[in-house]
This record gives sequence, C-alpha cells and structure tokens, in this order.
Amino acid sequence: MRFLPLLVSLLLGASAQAANLRWAAQNDILTFDPHSQNHATTLTMTMHVYEGLTRYDRNYNVEPALATGWQEISPTHWRFSLRKGVQFHDGAPFTADDVVFSFGRIRQPQGTMQIYVAGVSEVKKIDDYTVDFILAGPNPILLRNIIDFRIMSRSWAEKTRSQNIQDYKAREETYASRNANGTGPYILKGWEPDKQIVFTVNKNWWGRHDGNVRDFTYTPIKADATRVSALLSGDVDMVTDLPTQDVERLRRNDKLKVIDGPEVRTIFIGLDQHNDELLFSSVKGRNPFKDVRVRRALNMAVDREAIKRVTMRGLSIPAGLMVAPGVHGHSKELDQPWPYDVRGAKKLLAEAGYPNGFEFTLDCPNNRYVNDEKICQALVGMWARVGLGVKLNAMPFATFIPKILKHDTSAYMLGWGVATFDALYTLQSLVRTQTTGADGSFNCGRVSDPKLDATIDAIKITTDLKKRDALLREALVATRDNAYYVPLHHQLRPWAMKKNVSTVHRADDRPEARFTRVD
Amino acid sequence: MTLACVGAALAAPWIAPQDPFNPAAFELNQAFRPPAWLDGGTARYFLGSDDQGRDLLSAILHGARISLGVGLAAVCFALVLGVSLGLAAGYRGGWFDALVMRIADVQLSFPAILIALLIDGVARIALPAGAQDAIAVPVLIVAIGLSAWVQYARTVRGSTLVEKEKEYVQAARVIGRRPLAIMLVHVLPNVMGPVLVIATIQIATAIITEATLSFLGVGLPPTRPSLGTLIRVGNDFLFSGEWWITVFPGVALVTLVLSVNLLGDWLRDALNPKLR
Repeated sequence: MRFLPLLVSLLLGASAQAANLRWAAQNDILTFDPHSQNHATTLTMTMHVYEGLTRYDRNYNVEPALATGWQEISPTHWRFSLRKGVQFHDGAPFTADDVVFSFGRIRQPQGTMQIYVAGVSEVKKIDDYTVDFILAGPNPILLRNIIDFRIMSRSWAEKTRSQNIQDYKAREETYASRNANGTGPYILKGWEPDKQIVFTVNKNWWGRHDGNVRDFTYTPIKADATRVSALLSGDVDMVTDLPTQDVERLRRNDKLKVIDGPEVRTIFIGLDQHNDELLFSSVKGRNPFKDVRVRRALNMAVDREAIKRVTMRGLSIPAGLMVAPGVHGHSKELDQPWPYDVRGAKKLLAEAGYPNGFEFTLDCPNNRYVNDEKICQALVGMWARVGLGVKLNAMPFATFIPKILKHDTSAYMLGWGVATFDALYTLQSLVRTQTTGADGSFNCGRVSDPKLDATIDAIKITTDLKKRDALLREALVATRDNAYYVPLHHQLRPWAMKKNVSTVHRADDRPEARFTRVD
Repeated sequence: MTLACVGAALAAPWIAPQDPFNPAAFELNQAFRPPAWLDGGTARYFLGSDDQGRDLLSAILHGARISLGVGLAAVCFALVLGVSLGLAAGYRGGWFDALVMRIADVQLSFPAILIALLIDGVARIALPAGAQDAIAVPVLIVAIGLSAWVQYARTVRGSTLVEKEKEYVQAARVIGRRPLAIMLVHVLPNVMGPVLVIATIQIATAIITEATLSFLGVGLPPTRPSLGTLIRVGNDFLFSGEWWITVFPGVALVTLVLSVNLLGDWLRDALNPKLR
C-alpha cells in the first residue's frame, strides 16, 4: 500500500507527459516525398519524419543532426562525421550510403529541391560513418543550406521502388510520395489527402524532445470561418494561419493565446518575361512584360498601404525588396516600396505604347497565402484604374503549382519563404536564369538578365562576407529597379492556440512538434 | 412583393448605384463600410460595402438577377428535357419507357444537390481552366437542370399514359397522323398543366441549389457574384463584426425564394379548376 501514492503519481505523471496535439492550417501538403516539392507546408510535415545532416535550434542557429561534426579540409572540401546507432523507422541502420543515395535522388531534375544542395558537386563515402562534400566553389552558407537536404533510406527506397522522385508535374504517385521512412522524431501513421495527417512519436529517436507531444494530427481546413470555429470549439489545439479579420477577436478570447511573429515570406506577382507573345493576353505579337516601363507601371499602380490596412488589417509590411526583414541581405533602407502613383503608371504605359492599357490573366492560388485571393481581387481593381483589364483565375494551390511550373501562365501570385535566412536563396530561385538545377527553380516567368546572373553566381562562391554583402545588395537592388517582379508585402503570421499549448514561433512558418508542450 | 423583388432584380443594371462587376469602380479604401444608418456608414453605400469596397446593394441587385436567371434557365432546361423524355416514354412505352424510368429511379435515389455537384465538378475538370469563368453560368444551368428533370418526366409520363388511351388520341391515330405530331399537338397541351405548377415551385428550388453550389465554392466566381457567392464571401467576416456582408444577401435570398414560391402557389391555384 505504501507504493500506491507513488504508483498514482507515476501514472498521472505519465499521462501529463504524453500529450496529443491537433493542429490545423489552410492547405494540405503536396507530397510526402522529401525530395520532390519545395513547398513550405510540405516541408513542415516531411521535416518531422526525415532529417538532414544539420538542423536549426530554437534560435535558428545551425546545430548537428545526423552529422555529429564537420571539418573544412579546404574551402571546397568538407568532411562530415555521421551519427552512429541511428535507425530509420523501419529498423534499417543509417549509414553513409544513405547520404550518397539521397544526394543523387534530390538532384533528379523532376524535383524542385536541388537548391538545398546547390554548389555541391559530389558526395563521397569515405567509410560507413564519414562522407565528404566536394563543392564547385567555396560556400559560406553550406551548413544552413543542407538543412532541408533530408536523408532517405537507400534500402527502403529500393525495396519500394521509389529510387526516383515522382514526376509531380505529370501527377505521378510513387510509394514514397504517400509513405515515409526517415530517422526523425515522428513516424508517419497515415496521410489522407485533404483530410488529415497523423504522426506518432519515434521512441527510438536519437535526439531529445523538448516538448511532450506524443501523437499529432494535422488537419487542412480551407474555409477561414470553419478553421477559426474549430479552434474556438476546441476541435483543434492550434491554428497557424489565422484569417486576418479574426486576429483581434481571438486575442480577446481568454481561453486562447495568440503569439506574434514575422514570417520570412514575401508575397509578389511574377510576370512572363520569356514568351514573345503572352499566352493569356489581348496583346498579340509582342510581350508587354518585356518592357521595363510596363513592369514599373504595374508596380506603381499597386496601393500597398491600402492592402495592408484593409485586406491584411495591419498584418503585413509593404515590400520593395523580394526578401523580408530577418533575411540576410535585407535592409530597411533598400526595402522601399514603389510609390503609389496612378498618373505616373498611366504615363509609363502610354510611353510603352499602351495608352489604353491591355488585358491579361492573373493566376492566383486561393488556399495558400494569407488572403491570397482577396489580394488578387484588390489588384484587379487597382490595375483596372490604370487601364489594365485583368482576368482573375483563382484555383487551389495543388492545381496552381504545376500550372506555373509548366510556364502555363502570364502573371501569377506567389509567396517566397526563405528557409536558409539568406537572400541568395531567393535570388537563385527566383531571379537567376532557369537551368535544370537549382538555378531559377521557381523563376516561373523566366526572368533572364545575364548581368544579374553573373552577380548571383559570384555570391554563391564569395566567402569574404563584406564583399558578399555588397554583391547581395547589388543583386537585390537590380531586381527591384528593373521591376522583374511586383513585390506586394512581407507577411506577418500570428499563431493562435489554446492556453495550455506552448510552442516556439517559427519565422519560416514551420511549427515543430518537438518544441511543443501541451499541459 | 413578388413583383417588386423580381422587378428590382431585372432592373438591376439601371437602378444599381454601382456596377459590381467592374473592379475598377471599387475602392479598397472604402471597404468594410457599415450600412448607412450605422456609425461610419455613408449614403453612397446604403447597405454597406464588402471586403473589396464593392457596394453591397448593387451586388445584391445584380446577384439576385443572376440567381433568378440561372434558376429560370435551369428550370427551362429541366422542363424541356423532362417533358420530352416523359412524353416519349409514356407514348412509346416498351423498352424506351423502361430505360428512361430506370434512369429516373436511379437518379431519384441521390439528392439533387449531389448530382449537381458531380456534374459541375466533372465539367470543371473536362473543360479548359482558362474558360472556366466564361462558362460558369452555362455549366451551372446544365448541372442544376440535369439534377431536376426527373420530376417532369414522371409527371408527364403518367399523364401521357392516361391521355393516350382517350378517344381524341385514338381518332388522331386512325386518321394517320404521325406519332411525333400526335405527341406534340394532341397530348402535350393536355399534360402541361401540372408541369407548369411544378416548374414555378422548381424555380425556387433551383435558386436554392445555385446558392448552395456557389456557397460551397463550385458555383459562380467572386468576380461575378450570385447571392450564394456573396453569402460565402461574407461568411468569413461574420466573426469579426462585419455582419452586413453576409446577412443582407441572405435576407435577399430568402425574400427572393419566398416570393417565387408565392408566385408558384398562386399559379397552382389559378390553374387548378377545382379551386376556381
């Protein structure tokens, strides 16, 4: 009997320890293949199952993950020692073979994740627990960059015939696009598209859990009002993309708490600057977006302050640069939005030969970014005022992404979050001329500027930080002044959760279950 | 009331203060204006404005016009389809009758909204994405129409079975008129009474179906809002205090459906000889 209190307290302790987290946001993931789609929600899910050699700590410092240490043998030759005794969820041991295999896999052209191994020309196995990275040139941000280069088990991929990444654009499915087997803190129990993703904790994980979440469920709820109702009624514990109009009300609710934080994501409009005739436009025989005056006019016709005040209810920072505050390379002084000037925009359009404007179609996701479709509607109105007839074509993100990756668009809305917290990531993905690899992987309007390409290529290999910063500045300013894009704003992302949930707000908008407690 | 409702909807382009389909007329700075009689409201936006600065009164007038138009067209479509199939089935009988009636039975075992959703979804995938805005209205009409033809077909078939045994039809057959002519000239006028009554009641149902589809996001796009689309858009702002964006279109929908139903009742009474 003496042990009874002890037993009770142990049991109570155990039940308080293992908590269940139900989390909801707007959109579903695209795939479970960690090498297929560079898409934040998808990576948020895959990162719970798959790990890289390095990872971020709570403060976005790089720390060892599947590698225990590294050594710079020369600026283009790095040696990583791998963690011993790590097992994949299917029980197979983690070794250097898996790293070499994953490197070959992530570089396959049908994926969009090559940016995370950009500049790495070879990964060599030295022994079972040592690999060498051979670089094309010095890379000052290598350790940051490879965080989202996630390791998949070679034997599992071979067994399930998933050695190749799915061809997402052709809507191909593979075993690895629906199932997962990583080394990470959580095991995928199941994914029912558009319904839920269920994870359970990996008891054999090598790392330490800061939180107490044992099972967690992610539920995509597209409708804003429904998502908020789910939180209010207690059906979910946490919502990470609040409808801007409801934030104030949720703040006043004493059962909930709202934690504020910026997101390193810039929302912008991209324009087809490659085709000689726009695919969806009234202008025939030429492409108006190739004219810098037209692109500037588009920028000047946007009233970013009105979007901030009305559509975003203050939860945005009007943007001039393509990178958000918090990203290395951003500075307040450079990030000046184009002035809102209807008359000036009209004048530029007239100079470019379109005094009566023209028509084009704007493709817009309707379930990805905060108020995405509403912002597009507002843009239609603003551009109409300078004579541009814009047809809005709003669609779910899963339909939208293959369309713009195929360049089947004339103008599109996209948001770019910076996983590496360095502006090179944005410049290389969005501005650099498109090649088969990481360069221009999301340059869907095919911007191509040889001079800028040279600057971006120089940034990749410059290790002198002062020189590198100067180059970053040059590239960002050139992108801004040539109006290659129409940056709209940087998103702010408050998260709302029940009072008993505590987690670390992530500027990359990727909540981590291992940092989360439910008491 | 019916006349006022329908009249206002029909006259929308002339009496609405703003063109709700012209995005150039919207001012984002005028968005979320409350109705005129509340604090911050102006006479310019009598029922308030929505999240894009669109005048709600104009949007409702035009939305009602679209809803009414889609409802009428869908009912006409269903009526023509249902009546011709029912007439042919009843008059010809045999395998054709059996086929049509079995299809009708199968369709009756699904809720009409499900069938409309299915047809609408298939059409969206089958047709090119770029054309979706332009074809949204015809697709909706066909989807709602196809989900509603069964009632007409059954009613007309029943009446046709009765009518075709009567002397005047047999007389027509004896003098050698062709079946098609008999069906159209002799039988059809005598079976149309109940059909017209069904049709007036069905208009209300079709308006509701259209609103439901638009509310679910598969109907008309926000750039050409019907009442259902307006309610959907406004629903997002119900929590944050801008109730007018969803409440007024809702009230308008109820009024419209109610008045069309009253019209149907009146028509039924007028056409029913027993009540005369």
